[in-house]
Amino acid sequence: MLDIKMNQEGGKLTVALDGRLDTSTSPNLEEALKGAIAGVTELVLDFSGLEYISSAGLRVLLGAQKIMNRQGSMKLCGVNDVIREILDVTGFCDILTIE
Amino acid sequence: MKKLTIEAKVEYLDRVLAFVDEELEAAGCPMKTRMQIDVAVEEIFVNIASYAYAPGVGEAGIGIEIGGEPRCARIRFSDSGVPYDPLQRADPDITLPAEEREVGGLGIYMVKKTMDTVSYEHRDGQNLLAMEKRI
Repeated sequence: MLDIKMNQEGGKLTVALDGRLDTSTSPNLEEALKGAIAGVTELVLDFSGLEYISSAGLRVLLGAQKIMNRQGSMKLCGVNDVIREILDVTGFCDILTIE
Repeated sequence: MKKLTIEAKVEYLDRVLAFVDEELEAAGCPMKTRMQIDVAVEEIFVNIASYAYAPGVGEAGIGIEIGGEPRCARIRFSDSGVPYDPLQRADPDITLPAEEREVGGLGIYMVKKTMDTVSYEHRDGQNLLAMEKRI
C-alpha cells in the first residue's frame, strides 16, 4: 500500500510517496532509494500523498539522511499534520529538513 | 472487549490494523488519533512478531474496547513468548544529530509518547501489554 514515483533531473531526485510507510512497505522504499541514490546531490521526498509513517519508515528516512549528508541535501515536502507530529515527538524534525 | 488471535507474523500486520481500525472507525475516532493508535499497535505487534517466539512462531492476542468518560480506546496485547517488558527499554536520545542517531528503541518510545497510558505485566506465562488513548 505504498506507491513510489521517482523523477530524476540531473542530480536532483524527487521521490513521491503515496500511501503508508510502515513495516510492510518500508523495505520497498529502502530498495528503491538504494537503486537510485548514487550520484544524487538533491533528494526531495514528496510526502503529499503519504498518510502514515511508523518507526520502520523513520528508519529508512534516517538512512537516507545519513547518505545525503555525505553527498548533498535532502528535504521533505508536503508533510501532513499527523506525520509532522510523529516527526516532532521522535526528534526527527530536528535532523530532517521539512519544507 | 473484542478480540483477535492471530499468528504473530509481520505479514499479518495489515489484518491486525484492519481489526483495530474497524473498531476505531465505528466509534468515530478522529483520523489523527486513529493514526497514532495504528502506529502504536504496529510497533507492539511487530515487536511480538519479531522477538517473542524467535526463531519459532506463536500466537498474539489483540483486544480492543472503547468506552468510559472521557471516551478511551483500551487495547491489550498478549503473547506467550519470552518474558519481555518493552517499557524497560531506555529511551533513545532524540537530540543527537543524524550521524549519531540510531533507531533502536524508537518504536516503543513513540508508543510511550503518543498513548495516554502504557503498562506491562507478566502473568500466567504471558506478556500482557495494555495501552489507553482518549479518542
